[in-house]
Amino acid sequence: MHSCVESSGVGIAQKSVFDPIEVSRNSVQPVAAIGNDDDDVSSDPGPTATSSGPVIELVDVVATLGQFPALSGATMRVDAGEIVLLRGPNGAGKTTLLRLCAGLLPVVRGNATVMGHDLATDREGVRPHVGLLGHQNGLFADLTVAENVRFWGATVGASTEEIGAAMERMGVADRLADVPVRKLSAGQKRRTALAGLVARRARLWLLDEPHSGLDQRGRDDLDATLRQAAAAGATILVASHELDRAESLATRIVGVVAGQVTAGGTRLLRGASPGCSRRRICASSVAAACSRIRCCRSQA
Amino acid sequence: MTTLEPNRTATASEVVATRSTGTKATRAIGIAAVVAMTWLLLFALVFSPADVNQGDSVRLMYIHLPTIWVAYLSFIVSAIASGMYLFTKKHSLGWDRMAGASSEIGVIFVGLTLIVGMLWGRLTWGVFWQWDARLTTTALLFVTYIGYLAVRRLDGSHHQRAKRSAVIGLLGVLLLPLVHWSVRIWRSLHQEATILNTDLDAEIDGIMFFSILVGLVAFSLLYVWLMLHRTRVMAMEDLLDDRGLDLALAERRAEGGVR
Amino acid sequence: MLTNQVLPFAGVTMLIFGFALDANKAVLELVAPGLVWLATMFSLLLLVQRAFAVEGDDGALDAMRVAGVDARAIFLGKAIGLAIQLLLLEVVLLFAAVVLYGETIPAGGVVLLVTTLVSATCGLAAVGTLYGGLAAGSKGRETLLPLLTLPAVAPVLIGATRAVESALGTGVAELSDGWQWVGLLTVFAVVFGVGGALAFGPLIDE
Repeated sequence: MHSCVESSGVGIAQKSVFDPIEVSRNSVQPVAAIGNDDDDVSSDPGPTATSSGPVIELVDVVATLGQFPALSGATMRVDAGEIVLLRGPNGAGKTTLLRLCAGLLPVVRGNATVMGHDLATDREGVRPHVGLLGHQNGLFADLTVAENVRFWGATVGASTEEIGAAMERMGVADRLADVPVRKLSAGQKRRTALAGLVARRARLWLLDEPHSGLDQRGRDDLDATLRQAAAAGATILVASHELDRAESLATRIVGVVAGQVTAGGTRLLRGASPGCSRRRICASSVAAACSRIRCCRSQA
Repeated sequence: MTTLEPNRTATASEVVATRSTGTKATRAIGIAAVVAMTWLLLFALVFSPADVNQGDSVRLMYIHLPTIWVAYLSFIVSAIASGMYLFTKKHSLGWDRMAGASSEIGVIFVGLTLIVGMLWGRLTWGVFWQWDARLTTTALLFVTYIGYLAVRRLDGSHHQRAKRSAVIGLLGVLLLPLVHWSVRIWRSLHQEATILNTDLDAEIDGIMFFSILVGLVAFSLLYVWLMLHRTRVMAMEDLLDDRGLDLALAERRAEGGVR
Repeated sequence: MLTNQVLPFAGVTMLIFGFALDANKAVLELVAPGLVWLATMFSLLLLVQRAFAVEGDDGALDAMRVAGVDARAIFLGKAIGLAIQLLLLEVVLLFAAVVLYGETIPAGGVVLLVTTLVSATCGLAAVGTLYGGLAAGSKGRETLLPLLTLPAVAPVLIGATRAVESALGTGVAELSDGWQWVGLLTVFAVVFGVGGALAFGPLIDE
């Protein structure tokens, strides 16, 4: 129940920072059906038809945490340049989906191809193209901000200028550069991790609650960075409960419920301004999923 | 929730269908092992003479030697199976289960060797434990493979289990030469290995030697019998895990309200 | 971490050994080489846990895997870092043995002593890194790490103790015996160094 309250509540709170420019950009995209309730599934993922093929192609993928099938059948296709918002209640499998795409988890069943690499056989091949920001920041606490960003930049041979630009981008360049990470606040750490990600020049960004801990300016910096990266051809997957902000950013929204991403990126909500009715739908679908989970748990 | 019930019964019936790990072959080997063990008892306790110096306590040798032989064999088989898992393209879990089962048996038999050895030591040396090289390194072998078994029980997928334990299985087996030649390396008071030595007939009496051979055969048969059953049980455990995953998957899918 | 926690811990261990052996100087002088290595091994466990907490605390190991950092490089980096800390520690512990247990270091044994320290340390660092990586992500790593590591480094304990005894001339040890043990230590370090570097990637991966 907490998750339901939380997600809808945050959505309302964030409404004021909705970015109007993004609406117009998004609305260029074909508007697909908006689900009226949970079981309404739109048929067409609406591929933005690129010659290079999909960046991510999952077909009925199962991935486990221990013996628990955190992903119980994910089918999804993501093309280059898309910003996809993954939305779903806590425990739906969003984090697992992102980690799977990063090549960190084995594919138990199904087929998964990311950037042309089959995850069943070549998870290592995927990783260098991917930037993953998980719940944890992946920073070295004893090193300074600049050293951390330089480390992640060095993994792709980024130049000093690029690393400086990345730090500038996320607002950790001047005052914070020489501060050890352990002395930073949560938000500052998040910024540092994002700067490291920018320095990595990834072609596929996988972000798990990237807005968490960031202040208003940090969020604006992040959104601008993501838009710029997407415009430059990067593909971005964001899992977020900050619906307003993420929806304004996303070119597509994908629902994740009980470990499933259904039918090639279904439950597709596109572009338009997040109206009152839609929020109600979101909240109710989330609540429905929550109640189902509770129901199952009590049975188990 | 109704969708779950058929799955559950189906799984239960399949488990019932393959309830036994015994086959004709295992039964034959089992009977052969029992017969060989009876022979061993006869030879060890009745036919073979008491030792001039050690008296009847020498009869412990007929357990002591075969158990350490089986332990060596187990760890070597385990290492080979570990290598096969790691270095073959298929990464078959069958090899992993073979390594695991063999190590379990090895741990039991090293434990037996140590216990019997300590009793024997009490009778001949007057103390249970001597800090000599053979005993020390054998004890080391024992704890190393206990660590191996602990690693097998860590959380994770079957292949994770296989990878981790295979690495330890391959490194752990390097202790074997150290154990076997420890006496020579340390020049200590433990008697030289008798059975794997080249000049064995010169050292021990014919019927004693034959009794030891009977012991080796009996315990080797026991090892094979245990291996067959244990690997099959392990295969069923893995199967059960997979079934559990199927169930959990069905449950989670039902939870999502799709399919 | 090394200076403000592990070093004092190792120092305290040396003192406690003194209490346990009833501050009998003759005995202490005899067993000092073994005690030095024992204190080193206990400290190794702490250092290994610390070495993996550096990444584990904030998911940096995952991040490095995603960044495509070569696992062999991670292994070597960690092992070298551990080795340097261990060497420092061993020097301090030897000094403590001289001060507390009345040990003397003859000039003729210095070369053997230094060679022993280096070869034994390489072996310890390799084992520590390999099993530290294996235990890092798992539940119960605090207990699994010693269970795996201590039996594995026992040959180092035996070999290094004998070699140091030879170098220091404690008991009846001869200088020439020491070099054989150094041979064993070197083989050990190479086996675990190479094996660890090759196995580390698959081990830290899921």
